[in-house]
Amino acid sequence: MNSDDLTEGQQLPPREFGPISRTDIVRYQGASGDFNPIHHDEPFARDAGYSSVISVGMLQAGYVGTYFVDLFGPESVREIRVRFRDTVVPGDVLRCVGTVVAAEEVDSARLLRIEVSLERVSGGTVVSGDVSVAGASS
Amino acid sequence: MTDDAGGATRVLGRFELVIEVGKVREFARATGATHRAYFEDEHPPIPPTFLASAALWQPASVPPPYEALGMDLQRVLHGEQEYRFLGPLPRAGDRLVVEVRIESVTEKKGRRGGTMRLARIVSDFTNEAGELVAQARATTIETGGPP
Repeated sequence: MNSDDLTEGQQLPPREFGPISRTDIVRYQGASGDFNPIHHDEPFARDAGYSSVISVGMLQAGYVGTYFVDLFGPESVREIRVRFRDTVVPGDVLRCVGTVVAAEEVDSARLLRIEVSLERVSGGTVVSGDVSVAGASS
Repeated sequence: MTDDAGGATRVLGRFELVIEVGKVREFARATGATHRAYFEDEHPPIPPTFLASAALWQPASVPPPYEALGMDLQRVLHGEQEYRFLGPLPRAGDRLVVEVRIESVTEKKGRRGGTMRLARIVSDFTNEAGELVAQARATTIETGGPP
């Protein structure tokens, strides 16, 4: 997607991730090195008050990153800020969607500021954030 | 290592992070990425949240922030995370130095009683030329009681 064609207020194409499996969670834990047992050890998670293991917030953040890479290319993201609003459990299907909130020229490059939201398809926002994207083409 | 003028900042340590091509491919796959750059390039750029894996390089002498703050892992939540890139994106083959510091710790009354603690942890990533190329900021929350 070419950032030159995008203007303020425009919504970007949505993308789905999931359903999230325990394997997805474990694969991310191995890739990231975060081995908090709350994400793979069922008794530990229940003892902490959850109904099952919960996904890693940073896996959801990673999906948001992937959303932008697929739209604008692997070197486009200059800033990514996410807030974790709700936990994700195995079986959840997530849908990512961004809206352009500002388009500006910075040092002769086009910079888009995009508000992004990762929603559970069955309801509820799990991640909200804002992302700055530079340049064009994927 | 010294604290800043206000005394609030506490440096937990510094360590080297080598960006490896296999790790980039593994991380890209784990986050649902399919872009060919990650799987075909010899020196792919890092995925936007890849620096989360810096934890793998953290030596035992540098405590994880939750441990340095004495937080109970069963009550720890990740509140916010940000990454800012200040130059070209790091790529496989780059060697970075990471400095992790506690920027601030604040306490609040939790909604379900007890005291909630919020810590902001900053990681600075510097390249071999000594330039700051990326900065990460995490907000870690220890809830006042079970969730």
